[in-house]
Amino acid sequence: MKTIGRLTAVGLLAVAISGPAWAARTDLVLAMPLEPPHLDPTASAAAAIDEVFYANVFEGLTRIGERGEVLPGLAESWTISDDGKIYTFKLHSGVKYHDGTDFDASDVKFSLDRARGEKSVNAQKALFSAIDTVEVVDPLTVKVMLKQPQGSFLYNMAWGDAVIVAPESADTNKEKPIGTGPFKFQNWAKGSSITLVKADGYWGSPIFLNKAEVRFIPDAAAAIPALLSGDVQALPNFPLGDALPQVQADPRFKVVIGSTEGETVLATNNKRPPFDNLKVRQAIAHALDRKAIIDGATGGLGTPIGSHFAPHNPAYVDLTGTYPYDPAKAREVLKEAGHPNGFKATLKLPPVGYARLGGEIIASQLREVGIDLQIIPVEWPVWLKTVFTDKDYDLSIVAHTEPNDIDIYGRKDYYFQYDNPAFDKVIADLNLTSDETKRTELYKQAQKILAEDAVNGFLFELPKIGIWDAKIEGLWQNSPIQANDLTKVKWVE
Amino acid sequence: MMTFVFKRVLFGLTTLVLASAVVFAMLQVVPGDPARLMLGMNATEDQVQVLREQMGLNQPLVLQYLDWAGGLLRLDFGRSYTYSVEVSELVGERLAVSLPLALISLGLSTLVAIPLGIYAASRRGKTADAVSMGAAQIGMAMPNFWFALLLIYVFAVWLRLVPAGGFPGWSAGVWPALKALILPALALALPQAAILARVTRSAMVEVLGQDYIRTARAKGMTARSVLWRHALRNALIPVLTILGMQFAFLLAGTIIVENVFYLPGLGRLVFQAISQRDLVVVQSVVMLLVAAVILVNLLVDLSYALVDPRLRGNR
Repeated sequence: MKTIGRLTAVGLLAVAISGPAWAARTDLVLAMPLEPPHLDPTASAAAAIDEVFYANVFEGLTRIGERGEVLPGLAESWTISDDGKIYTFKLHSGVKYHDGTDFDASDVKFSLDRARGEKSVNAQKALFSAIDTVEVVDPLTVKVMLKQPQGSFLYNMAWGDAVIVAPESADTNKEKPIGTGPFKFQNWAKGSSITLVKADGYWGSPIFLNKAEVRFIPDAAAAIPALLSGDVQALPNFPLGDALPQVQADPRFKVVIGSTEGETVLATNNKRPPFDNLKVRQAIAHALDRKAIIDGATGGLGTPIGSHFAPHNPAYVDLTGTYPYDPAKAREVLKEAGHPNGFKATLKLPPVGYARLGGEIIASQLREVGIDLQIIPVEWPVWLKTVFTDKDYDLSIVAHTEPNDIDIYGRKDYYFQYDNPAFDKVIADLNLTSDETKRTELYKQAQKILAEDAVNGFLFELPKIGIWDAKIEGLWQNSPIQANDLTKVKWVE
Repeated sequence: MMTFVFKRVLFGLTTLVLASAVVFAMLQVVPGDPARLMLGMNATEDQVQVLREQMGLNQPLVLQYLDWAGGLLRLDFGRSYTYSVEVSELVGERLAVSLPLALISLGLSTLVAIPLGIYAASRRGKTADAVSMGAAQIGMAMPNFWFALLLIYVFAVWLRLVPAGGFPGWSAGVWPALKALILPALALALPQAAILARVTRSAMVEVLGQDYIRTARAKGMTARSVLWRHALRNALIPVLTILGMQFAFLLAGTIIVENVFYLPGLGRLVFQAISQRDLVVVQSVVMLLVAAVILVNLLVDLSYALVDPRLRGNR
């Protein structure tokens, strides 16, 4: 009798212990290196905001999928007029904001008008520049009239900066974000973490997680022990550098290397002598050994690029062979350019690993051909002021992480100071074209022009380094847009 | 005694006013625009101007200074540009981490260092002295981020006794919060304790060589009571000075350890604010620290007077 009792107790205990094994975990703690300055994606350029809230808390008319494709978001469908100037969006019904208010067409009008208005502090205001008027047809239909056709309009509406907010909460989203997504914001412990919980009555496909906490760990040396101790279960996009090999061999974790939209370039001041001379820029291009730069700056994980375009994009052309690595040739071209003895210049480096490490290598490669670079390390605010705003620089290294941003080369007064009417024509045509085949062709032309003009030293596409518990599924491998989409994430045993 | 205190307070207030002007002026010189930082590379100059206007950055500098300094008088620290909340709220949250952390590590280091220093001094030249001072030397030489990582790997990754970092907040309960502070407090206490032990030892050695100690011994007092009643009291002044400096450092100079344990402390707040050019936050926190240093120095001065009656005169 006694034995049976004991056995039963053991059995009960076993059941109690095995309980959590068949009910999969529904909580997740992930870590990011940077903390958002505030929580409103429509009022800051900080990628960290989108990396917490995009698709999870805030949604737009359309959204970007894992492979960079445009998918329906709050708009379930749309029609485009024959002249390409009128987009009519049919909205999902039964969508509610997390504060209980209803979502309808007037919110769309409010959000788009706010983003493009005079007082707008939207960091990507240019996304909305083609919009002429927004008209509410009925609560579930909204019509957007464009000034001229814009091929990238649906893509633009999928950006984190174009999410739909409610007039009631727009002004307080910085502290208490209210969206329509499957997660709602619960708490922000400043300096520590942001907690999201499952929202009741979500309109779309149900999610698997009940709770997601994003912790901010500034240091890779601290992120690894946090992962090893189990406090944190995923580092979806973390520049781990030297710390990576430590976890690479560990079967408890998956190491997933993907691509991003971060074209890393040796930014060149195209109006400042001697860089205004095409031959000088060609010589620099010939002097750059991308393999060595990628090995040193990204631990060999970056993908070489020959123009300003992401390799995972269907319209990508490999132009890395335009001016192949050839120091002898570089010296020769430099001589033709009128600099037989080379010249001196400065290289201003922002405080990011890829730039500081890559900068040393590039300086030594250029020294090989006679270009003597003085390295000037700067912090971000100084970089934005002197290099970006005042254009007081010769060369710099930076990753341009905005998706599909080849049009920056057509912007007058952009810090590259590049000016080529032929390129501008291609960008103008792109804006007027919505046919995919034609757009691909135009994108290819644009890439070729930039490569041949050697506008910048085109180095590599920044890798996305992700590490997470091997039992987690559904995190993105690539980063076609700044986001950590948690809507498909689940634990599997 | 009262004039002594009064003079000290007056001196402290003057320092505060001067510091406010210097801090404000210095931050104006540093390049970088908080509005441009917020809006990034794709925003137009017009938009940056709109945001600067909203942030109140387009006012004349003198007005900005008077506005801020006047606010300080009313204990109004202003509003953060980036976080858009009251600076006092931000600082309050961080102090809830930094103040207990500073007190715990100071307590730990004092408890270990002062007895160790006294012991080493009393055994001067013997093996025990060499061993304890050798240990202190190692403690001083060890980089604290490295010691912190060592602690994390042993106690969080291997033994899983405490979390690897982060802070759950006091609302999560006193014990979980304390658990999150144990390792950082240890990491901070080690170098402090090492310095304190050496200072205590050398102060004690010096005092033990004084004539009055010999006199006390000659009077027939035991070595132990001479050590505790005469020597320690006289040796405390340099020790208190170091303690005061260490407290000020622990309050905000702990950024490296805060980063390793990703604690939301005051050091990281200042660091983030500087990199986002959130000048109001930087200014106000620096002022708060200046005030803390002045206050601690005042307390240390007063404690000198308690320790040494000769200093109680009308200086």
